[in-house]
Amino acid sequence: IELKFHYTVHTSLDVVEEKVSAVGKVIVDQRELYLGLLYPTEDYKVYGYVTNSKVKFVIVVDSSNTSLRDNEIRSMFRKLHNSFTDVMCNPFYNPGDPIQSKVFDSMVSSMMVQTC
Amino acid sequence: MSPAQWDLPPELCCRPMAFVALTGLDVVYNAVHRAIWDAFCANRRADRVPISFKVLPGDHEYPKCRTKRTSYEWYIPKGILKTGWMNKHLNLVPALVVLFYELDWDEPQWKEKQSECATKVEIVRTSLQGRNTKVAVVLIQKKTPLPPGEDVMASERAAALCNACDLSGKSLFVLPHTDHLVGYIIRLENAFYEHAQTYYYTEIRRVKSHKEFLNKTTHQLLFVRHQFKTAFFSELKQDTQNALKYYRAAYSLIHELRTHETNILEIKTMAGFINYKICRLCFQHNTPLDAIAQFRKHIDLCKKKIGSAELAFEHAAWMSKQFQYFGDLFDEAIKLGLTAIQTQNPGFYYQQAAHYAQERKRLAFQLCGGPEANLGYPAPDPLETPTGILDFYGQRAWRQGHQISTCFKLVSQELIIALLSNAVAQFKKYKCPRMKSRLMVQMGEEYYHTKDYAKALKLLDYVMCDYRTERWWGLLTSILGTALRCSYLMAQVKDYVSYSMELVGRASMLREDQKSRIQKNVAKVLKNEPPEAEPDCDPSAVKAAQALWNERGSQASGEDLILEVQDSVPFVQCKARFLHPSFHLDVPVQLHVFLLTDSPHPVRFSKLCVSLSNQDYNQYCVVDSLGQAPAQEDMCLVPGRTHRYSFRFVARPEDVGKKIEITGVDLMLGSENGRCIFLNWRGGGGDAASSHEALQATRSFKRRGRLPENEVDWDTVSIQASTMIISRVPRISVQLHHEPPALNNEMYCMMVTIQSHEDIVARDLKLTAGLKPGQDANLSHTTHVTLDGSKMCDDSHRALLPDIPMGDLQPQEKMEKPLSIRCSTTGPRIFLVHVAYTVDTCIEGRDIVCKCHKDETVTIETVVPFEVAVKFVSTKFEHLEHVFVDVPFLLMTDILSMSPWPLHLVTSELQLAPTMAAVDQPASQVEEVVLQTGESASECFCLTCPPVHHGTTGVASGQYVMSWKRKSANATIPVVNTVITLPHVAVETIPLYVHADLPSFGRVRESLPVKYHIQNRTAIVQEVEMSVEPSDAFMFSGLKQVRLRILPGTEQDMLYNFYPLMAGYQMLPLLNINLLRLPAVSGQLLRRFLPSRIFIKVTFNGPANSGIESGARCWSYPSLILTVSQRRSSKVLRQKMGRTVPLLCPPSPNRLSRR
Repeated sequence: IELKFHYTVHTSLDVVEEKVSAVGKVIVDQRELYLGLLYPTEDYKVYGYVTNSKVKFVIVVDSSNTSLRDNEIRSMFRKLHNSFTDVMCNPFYNPGDPIQSKVFDSMVSSMMVQTC
Repeated sequence: MSPAQWDLPPELCCRPMAFVALTGLDVVYNAVHRAIWDAFCANRRADRVPISFKVLPGDHEYPKCRTKRTSYEWYIPKGILKTGWMNKHLNLVPALVVLFYELDWDEPQWKEKQSECATKVEIVRTSLQGRNTKVAVVLIQKKTPLPPGEDVMASERAAALCNACDLSGKSLFVLPHTDHLVGYIIRLENAFYEHAQTYYYTEIRRVKSHKEFLNKTTHQLLFVRHQFKTAFFSELKQDTQNALKYYRAAYSLIHELRTHETNILEIKTMAGFINYKICRLCFQHNTPLDAIAQFRKHIDLCKKKIGSAELAFEHAAWMSKQFQYFGDLFDEAIKLGLTAIQTQNPGFYYQQAAHYAQERKRLAFQLCGGPEANLGYPAPDPLETPTGILDFYGQRAWRQGHQISTCFKLVSQELIIALLSNAVAQFKKYKCPRMKSRLMVQMGEEYYHTKDYAKALKLLDYVMCDYRTERWWGLLTSILGTALRCSYLMAQVKDYVSYSMELVGRASMLREDQKSRIQKNVAKVLKNEPPEAEPDCDPSAVKAAQALWNERGSQASGEDLILEVQDSVPFVQCKARFLHPSFHLDVPVQLHVFLLTDSPHPVRFSKLCVSLSNQDYNQYCVVDSLGQAPAQEDMCLVPGRTHRYSFRFVARPEDVGKKIEITGVDLMLGSENGRCIFLNWRGGGGDAASSHEALQATRSFKRRGRLPENEVDWDTVSIQASTMIISRVPRISVQLHHEPPALNNEMYCMMVTIQSHEDIVARDLKLTAGLKPGQDANLSHTTHVTLDGSKMCDDSHRALLPDIPMGDLQPQEKMEKPLSIRCSTTGPRIFLVHVAYTVDTCIEGRDIVCKCHKDETVTIETVVPFEVAVKFVSTKFEHLEHVFVDVPFLLMTDILSMSPWPLHLVTSELQLAPTMAAVDQPASQVEEVVLQTGESASECFCLTCPPVHHGTTGVASGQYVMSWKRKSANATIPVVNTVITLPHVAVETIPLYVHADLPSFGRVRESLPVKYHIQNRTAIVQEVEMSVEPSDAFMFSGLKQVRLRILPGTEQDMLYNFYPLMAGYQMLPLLNINLLRLPAVSGQLLRRFLPSRIFIKVTFNGPANSGIESGARCWSYPSLILTVSQRRSSKVLRQKMGRTVPLLCPPSPNRLSRR
């Protein structure tokens, strides 16, 4: 089942790539980071977010979950981004390595708990 | 349940068209009828009205119409829609029956024919008992009809015929069988179409009229049925907007039906049908968003209507079909011009269809307890109904849950793969490479399940590298797992080993125990034994595979497998590097190969060899068990430890200046008696993941702890796959002695000193010297180099002297070579001195001849040595704008030294043009003069200009040639001749010339005779008025004022005796001359030729005068007066300063000034 999510996230990058390149043509600076719903599948809704340095976040939500509106997803991404920035600011973190941050993990899990 | 159970009936999928039956046509035997029929049905293009025609015999039996119920009160419908209904209205019950009958208006046996026609009409009517079907008659006539109203008989007979057949006038047509058949047919068609429209309209009215009899409790099904029928008739009537409306109503009604176990299938089937129709119409109306929304609604509503758990697989199959059909519709719409986008294209629907098909397979699997429990198909097929067709759509012929068929095997695989490949095609079109890869993985897995391992491998292999480059290791591991199973089951040794190696390697996310198991399997393969079966394989397939492996094992001993590991992530990593980016020829080339394994167990290899671009060196770069017999532990790679293998070899002299590249590294696993596998890295090693790892390592702040001696941190090793062989370092010194800058055109002397610091003899010394190639092309034409400095260079000398043989040079010996360079333009130049030689050396027991060379470059600036300024002045050193014919003037040259080195002026020469004449023999006045920087020297020549042609304004003066060299240059160096072209000068003639004879000086109170010569240079007699003004300094005797005439070409002398009264420079009394004929020539002009002052000495009575006396000694008084007076001025002026007493002008011009 984890594999399936990997595939879902991986395939969603197609859409991310397309959206980023389409936006890139217009204005680079004033880009909206939140990409919105990437593509609908039968079971999940996939949302995307790309930071200015092209770091991609993807959130996959169960289709049946109707409590999460666009705004909630957006704020989740913001939180995720902030937390991610904190991790990057850690002088002992090496960009590209897997993230091993308790704060980040607990933030992610709290977000998961909240939505479930 | 047949596989096609969920296929939509064809009558649903086609476009409904009005059905018109044609009778009375004999298309087999009658050519006319055949032509008519062809005109109806052949080449129907889109612009023709939508009718489907059929030829039926005149007495054709149409489906019987059931007796119409008058009340629905006790009627309980058994289903929603009968299976035959749509077909009936599309193909069986016509909207219009057309009777063709051959009858001309002037038919002689009119009565008989008329009644025969009426009978035929009657027959058709009877067989259509109870239907609202219209009947029409077409008369096929041989003659072209007259315009309506003109043929009285025709209209009479037509009315009679209508009467007889009980037809309205509108239903009788005439078809003249003439040339314009198709045109008539089209008109007929349109008329038929109108009739059909009315028919369907009444049908809709009829169905609608049932509505009021229905009640909600018992007739729910009929509501749906009636809506569906209305909609279908509307479609037949080509009223798609209304059809859509009715279908939508039917769709909402169907979901209001109560669902239970027994009718859920029927409801889903009908919902599917109606949904299909709605989506189809939406696409047709170009409202794709409506279609998509409808479909989503449909899926959301139906998703949960699974029914009993055992029938879940059936539901999944149905869902799969729904998606597939929608995908087809979508795709068809796109082909007709709809544009889809990345996130909304048919691919998603195919993918979902495939997903449900897989789901169905899974559920069926569960239900049957796995593939082994392959129950036989029930012998009397429970699905075979006696008639073969069920009464209502979506109903079952048997009791539910009684027997679930196991026929899933027949269906799924091909279907799933077809769906997936459809989806792949779509995603490819809409730029979703990753989605495509994912689907290909799914396809591969499906092939794996269908035991088509070869195809599975092909697909998986194709996508693997995408995942590898994007570094999604989790996904890659799962794909590799499948691929490994495929290759195991096919006993593909090469693939098996390569997948295993990657699964054992660091990119794999498998657990250690799994890796360990796989590595052991690889070891077995190397020993030529069959490996253990992969888990999760079909046991029967495993058995077959084991047999295959045994067979492979027996056949293939000593076979070599070469695996290209560059593009995967194998469990052994390799990095090869030359120690330096370049090696001197006399130093052995050193090469290190680093190996690191990340497998759970140590890896033993039997050979390591490096291939280089020059294959002659390969023999030096081998580690094997046979050669130098390295320690056994060297051949064994311990996991996590970096192993280093060093090689060294001596490069060949031919390879100097060439690059040696590592073309590949081969690592042999296994042994000769088992199976050999070569891992081959192209270039200097590295694999699909290593470049990124290297990047990470450089970014990392982490510093690993100190490693024990002889161990290397893997991450710090970088690949250096090529090295340059460069020549041996020369051990000689080359020194250049010269005095820059060079002077323009001189023979610049440069001494090249070569000294050997070699321990042995340097042989074949060769010197290349001159202008460095690759500079401005003009420089090579203006630069000349020679070894012979005693002669002047000319254009035949080259700018670069190549390969001057110099012989051998003993150790510590010194050699000198002078070079002469001539630069004929100024500016900087780069000169190259290149010394090449050979030495014999011995490196590591090998004798090689090393070529060495040493380059020295020097930039030399070339400057102008001196500047020469030329001016024309009068004999009174006044600047001259122009010279006068036959009047002496002075040419002065100023030579200003610009050279930083002292200049030796050897001589100078004035080469006059024919238009100039020297007053006396001009000799050089600057001979053997040495000029320091910034000093200048001047010369002065007295010239006259002979008469010129009238109108000539400027004349050439000639050339001035300077011969010089630098002072430091020795005697053998030739002098340089620099030619300076003198400027042109303007020439004028004057009518009257005046000059005076007077001594160089006078004495107080001693008589001073002065003679004025007045010369008439015109061809006429000139009248001259002359006067001498009185002066304080002189008394004089002679004519004070006189008027005289001078004949052409003659000269008049005027003698005066001046008596100086004061000493020092004194103004002479002014002589005024007026030409009465030529008032333009003023006395002012003429006065320029005369001296204005004279120096007057005091009388002899003191020693102070002796110096002056001696200075005047050379000029004897009488001679001054008696000799030709013109000469005198130049004589005086040619005296060098210091010895000269200036007589004619103030003593300012310092001829030779030191600045």
